[in-house]
Amino acid sequence: MLGKDLLGLYDTSAEDITAILDTAVGMKKLLTQNLKKLPHLQGRTVTTLFYENSTRTRCSFELAAKYLGAGTVNISASSSSVQKGETLIDTGRTLDAMKNDVIVIRHPMGGAPHLLAKNVKASVVNGGDGMNEHPTQALLDFYTMREKFGSFKGLKVSILGDIKHSRVAKSNLFGLTKLGAEVTMFAPATLMPQGIERMGAKIAKSREEALAGANVVMGLRIQLERMHGGLFPSLSEYAKYYGVGEECLKFADKDCIVMHPGPVNRGVEFTSDVIDAENSEINEQVLNGVAVRMALLFLLCKNRQGGEKHE
Amino acid sequence: MSKLLIKGGTAVFADRCEVCDILVDGKKIVKIAKNVEEKGAKVIDAAGLHVFPGLIDMHVHLREPGFEYKEDIASGSAAAVRGGFTQICCMPNTDPVCDNAAVVGYIVARGREVNLCKVRPIGAITKGEKGEQLAEIGKMKEAGAVAISDDGRPVANARIMRLAMEYASDFGLICLSHCEDKDLVDGGAVNEGYNSTLAGLKGIPRAAEEIMLAREIILAETLGKRAHICHVSTKGGVQLLREAKKRGVAITAETCPHYFTLTDDVITSFDANTKVNPPIREAEDVAAIREGLRDGTLDCIVTDHAPHHKDEKNVEYNLAAFGISGIETSFSLSYTYLVKAGVLTLEQLADRMSAAPARILGLEGGVLAEGNAADIMLADLNAKYVIDSKDFVSKGKNTPFNGTEVYGKVCCTIVDGDVKYGA
Amino acid sequence: MSEHILMDGAAIGRTLTRLSHEIVEKAKGTENLCLIGIPRRGEIVAARVRALIEKFYGASLPCAGIDIGMYRDDLVSGYFVPDARVNSLGFSVDGKTVILCDDVLHTGRTVRAAIEAIFDLGRPAKIMLLVLCDRGGREMPVSPDFVGKNIPTSSRETIDVRFAEIEGEDSLGIIGKE
Repeated sequence: MLGKDLLGLYDTSAEDITAILDTAVGMKKLLTQNLKKLPHLQGRTVTTLFYENSTRTRCSFELAAKYLGAGTVNISASSSSVQKGETLIDTGRTLDAMKNDVIVIRHPMGGAPHLLAKNVKASVVNGGDGMNEHPTQALLDFYTMREKFGSFKGLKVSILGDIKHSRVAKSNLFGLTKLGAEVTMFAPATLMPQGIERMGAKIAKSREEALAGANVVMGLRIQLERMHGGLFPSLSEYAKYYGVGEECLKFADKDCIVMHPGPVNRGVEFTSDVIDAENSEINEQVLNGVAVRMALLFLLCKNRQGGEKHE
Repeated sequence: MSKLLIKGGTAVFADRCEVCDILVDGKKIVKIAKNVEEKGAKVIDAAGLHVFPGLIDMHVHLREPGFEYKEDIASGSAAAVRGGFTQICCMPNTDPVCDNAAVVGYIVARGREVNLCKVRPIGAITKGEKGEQLAEIGKMKEAGAVAISDDGRPVANARIMRLAMEYASDFGLICLSHCEDKDLVDGGAVNEGYNSTLAGLKGIPRAAEEIMLAREIILAETLGKRAHICHVSTKGGVQLLREAKKRGVAITAETCPHYFTLTDDVITSFDANTKVNPPIREAEDVAAIREGLRDGTLDCIVTDHAPHHKDEKNVEYNLAAFGISGIETSFSLSYTYLVKAGVLTLEQLADRMSAAPARILGLEGGVLAEGNAADIMLADLNAKYVIDSKDFVSKGKNTPFNGTEVYGKVCCTIVDGDVKYGA
Repeated sequence: MSEHILMDGAAIGRTLTRLSHEIVEKAKGTENLCLIGIPRRGEIVAARVRALIEKFYGASLPCAGIDIGMYRDDLVSGYFVPDARVNSLGFSVDGKTVILCDDVLHTGRTVRAAIEAIFDLGRPAKIMLLVLCDRGGREMPVSPDFVGKNIPTSSRETIDVRFAEIEGEDSLGIIGKE
């Protein structure tokens, strides 16, 4: 069963992933029907500790916590304070002393949530750490796929974009391969990490090959700083050779869906036509994100409740 | 001065291991023979033990002056003799940088004052280790420097390195090159490969090390000068060195226990004690390093002993300091992973850990022989123990080897005829 | 396990008829009345009472079901996500006399939850409780206003209510566990 923390999907079993998705079904129903809050996290505190800018992930966690009755505290620390300010362990211990139940951490460095989790009593949820993992984004992606296709068995998922720096791509890969889906990746060679094929991804040689027969076409955000770092020459060149427009989508399955973790660079990863098309699930993903995070907080706090009883 | 008689141990020579007695008079070994008796000599019963030439570590960081909270010459020396080392050569990346005769002189004097092992400073190649202007190499040599290096801050400019090799040779000093192309490293923290992708940590490609290693080979070859490569960690590096040596290039090289014992699987725990520069590589590199040590492509084993305060390791992996506190585990790891594993003979181990560094730097000791300095180490090769950094006398407890079961325990370290550890 | 039938379809019909008259008698008419049933059988009770009042008195009372999933008192202790639906009655309860209907009254917990659910929708003038059967075993200070049949039971027994709308026939029995 799900333990104290959720640090990544590499260490999370298919059963636990499925349990979270199953719980999220009820949560989404509550959300979409405008029902009142659940009382399960009443008296508990969920803190978002973000060392990187984020609107949607933080907002999503905060809403999820509130729908379950928890109090929320938001801490924004600039990336520079990672090096200059209080150490992560000391920050964690301070939050522990204030009796936090869950700490959602986003951090520019891989492994920071693991370090925090080892040093605090609170449950730690990885809200994205460097190039490592972003498990809740992947879980909401899975929820969206399952809602559309019912099952992951044989599902063809194509992920295009900056794979090298993407924690989303990796969490998706770890989870999807456990759930039985096939993952194909496509990126400029400068944005493709080493060894990813040994983790179960198929590397496509062309955009057409990447999209061939895909049920899910997922784009990843291209960050401008990568261009400035020389990893590709320009956004327009990227869009021309690696972006996805309606013409390319014809290679995919006719019933495919289009996904993106956001925020989207219109005209770069996807053309606006693709983003705004009927089969685009990009907005649905956002709603599912709240449901999945509610389910996760619900299940983590269930474990905590069990733990406290034995104390 | 008193006499010391080491009786009944198995002495490890360059060409054989043999049970014999060793008589020390003052600072020298005066007799090596069977059944030596000497009235008035203090006897050390070495029955069942192996007698090695005192180990020499030509690459350590003692952190003094400037970073005494990490280590100082006293604690580093105590750690060295506990690890079986009788001579250690300390790198110049201190504060102030050891780039002048005054700092070299300070370290030499402080080493004598501490009086545990012989502390041999390595001077900086360039002033401030900035890679721009040669340091006063001649004056540092006169003050006691045994080599020059900008360890930790590679000399990026090939012209400066060329000048250093040429100029240092006038004084009989060798350049120890820390090979690292900083542009290729680009802020990396671990070996670039499957595990860096898995952990989402930025990778350091092997090319970052090998490109500069190739440069040093070419410089040494074209200039006809000697050069020494620090802490070789890659298969490609071993291959470059093997080919260069075959051509007769005057190049020597070292590696460290963590490069022939660990693969980068250890980084996925995000334990910052596994963070070291160059990074821990993959299985094929480990195999190549072992083979390099076996066939002599890699001349010697050093520790790159890099003690850090726990606060510098107990942080995010990217923020953690590079380095492993290794001087107290080097012998046991080398014996366990090289000799017990059938890679090296005991004679070869003694060569890689003592004779070779002495040869490269022109230091005394290195072999057990009559007339040589009485730098001797006794080890119980059958003793099995579990590494626990709580036992370290070094201030740096940063090791990835906690919990590792090893064989070969250092029992006694004798420096210039004086027992400095054990017995 | 054996079931002992206490009321057949005709008996249930007679009882509901009596209860319908009692409501109008006690409320002094049909003015301002509405019926709210607790799913699933409480809704059937409410619908039948509504039909009977309409038949006898010509008044067509507002009638709806109310979901209590979100109001259960064991959500946290049982740690589950209720399969709830949103409540929209189609009429206002403000100032009304609500006849809250259920088939069996036991601990009173369901009724407590239903009262809370009703108050989330408005402020009725009065809530009265109608049950087809009161089996005793109260855990809350809840008392019914209209009772079809008092059947004291032990905790080892259960009341089995069957309605034509669900099971195809009307009956009320007691099942004792050996």
